Amino acid sequence: MTDFSAGLWELLLRGVWITVQLTVYSAALGAAVAFVVGLARTHRLWIVRFISGAYFEIFRGTSALVLMIWVFFVVPLTLGWQLVPMWAAVLTLGCTYGAYGSEIVRGAVAAVPPAQTEAGIALGFTPAQRLRKIVLPQAWPEMVPPFNNLLIELLKGTALVSVLGVGDITFAAQLVRNATGDSAPVYTVILVMYFVLAFLLTRVMRLVERRAKAGVGRSAPSGRTVIRKAGPGPRKDLVADSSATGGAA
Amino acid sequence: MNWNWTTLKDFLPSFWDGLLVTLQALLLGSLIAFALGLFWALAQRSRLKVVSWPVTAFTEFIRNTPLLVQLFFIFYVLPEWGLTLSALTTGVVGLGLHYSTYTAEVYRAGIDGVPAGQWEAATALSLPRSRTWTAVILPQALRRVVPALGNYVIAMLKDSPMLMTIGVLEMLGEARQFGSQTFHMNEPIVLVGIAFILIAYPASLLLRALERRLVR
Repeated sequence: MTDFSAGLWELLLRGVWITVQLTVYSAALGAAVAFVVGLARTHRLWIVRFISGAYFEIFRGTSALVLMIWVFFVVPLTLGWQLVPMWAAVLTLGCTYGAYGSEIVRGAVAAVPPAQTEAGIALGFTPAQRLRKIVLPQAWPEMVPPFNNLLIELLKGTALVSVLGVGDITFAAQLVRNATGDSAPVYTVILVMYFVLAFLLTRVMRLVERRAKAGVGRSAPSGRTVIRKAGPGPRKDLVADSSATGGAA
Repeated sequence: MNWNWTTLKDFLPSFWDGLLVTLQALLLGSLIAFALGLFWALAQRSRLKVVSWPVTAFTEFIRNTPLLVQLFFIFYVLPEWGLTLSALTTGVVGLGLHYSTYTAEVYRAGIDGVPAGQWEAATALSLPRSRTWTAVILPQALRRVVPALGNYVIAMLKDSPMLMTIGVLEMLGEARQFGSQTFHMNEPIVLVGIAFILIAYPASLLLRALERRLVR
């Protein structure tokens, strides 16, 4: 397609690795934030609900790029210590996307029928046990598809770190562009790279979703399984469907 | 924290300029996103595979790749192909194009949500295809999708600082410029951050109220 030298390709591939790292670390932090804040928003004490609600509105209300620049440029000036750019980025991305995720967690937990919680109370489960053994296992499959969308948003959000000078795909592309003086090939290549990453992420999350649904005795999402339900048994159905689930990312 | 109100006052004039540019980009970007999104949604429903398939592929591609890179693409690559756009135009087109792939999904869901009986009634009354769309399907579909479209306008507002990277002096761009001239970064950035919350939070409350009224 183009006359990139091997060194420029290496630069881009190193960028891919940084982007993957950023996505994984931010997703881990984001998931932790999402569960803590999301569950806190269903807490019985109003003050806990208020604080977690304020966190949600603040981080959802402002822009990730503004937060990132604030953490990166202002915090060192005022506090006197500086975060490594990579971790400043992970911190902001994790906190921002965690706030979005908390809404997913809250919604999924609220969607579990109240009778389930009542049954837990009747059986003498402690609140922690109810959450861990009754509510979350049923809420989890509902969370996976929206989490998939959020993960892709997060992957796209990692491109922002190039503004801070973290050497992700987008930053590497700028270097390559400066080196070759030619924009079209490199930007086309990295758009495809992002798309492939998003596609892989979706495939992984499909697997997770199928596992999660199977865990509570429901089958995979596609409509095709409903028709095949008449067959011998649900187990075989799931296996048969694993090859059939395709479609766009 | 060294907070200085005088710095903040010095920044205010540029802040208003930036706010104006942000709102301008948001308004024009939304218009593009609403119009183009409807076009994608209708094209995706086309019975002709040569129309629906490329449109679906294109929108999926745009939706799954970062807006920032798309902005760079429009800003740096199009001039190489002989089409030079100003920074703000690039930003508006980028925002509009990126979010049109989201609004397309919203429209699609809205159109799918119109009960099949409406289609059948239109057929029974032998309304022409164009009339079925403009008088029966779209009015019902659009009513439902207004809140969802509004959510994407808010999302677009929060993505608008990305325009800074191609040199548009919207709120964050102004803050950064002010910071590099005066070495006071804290006050402008905090003000810009708060401005985003002050716009986004009431807007989301408004949308929630709208949703209760429009979506039954």
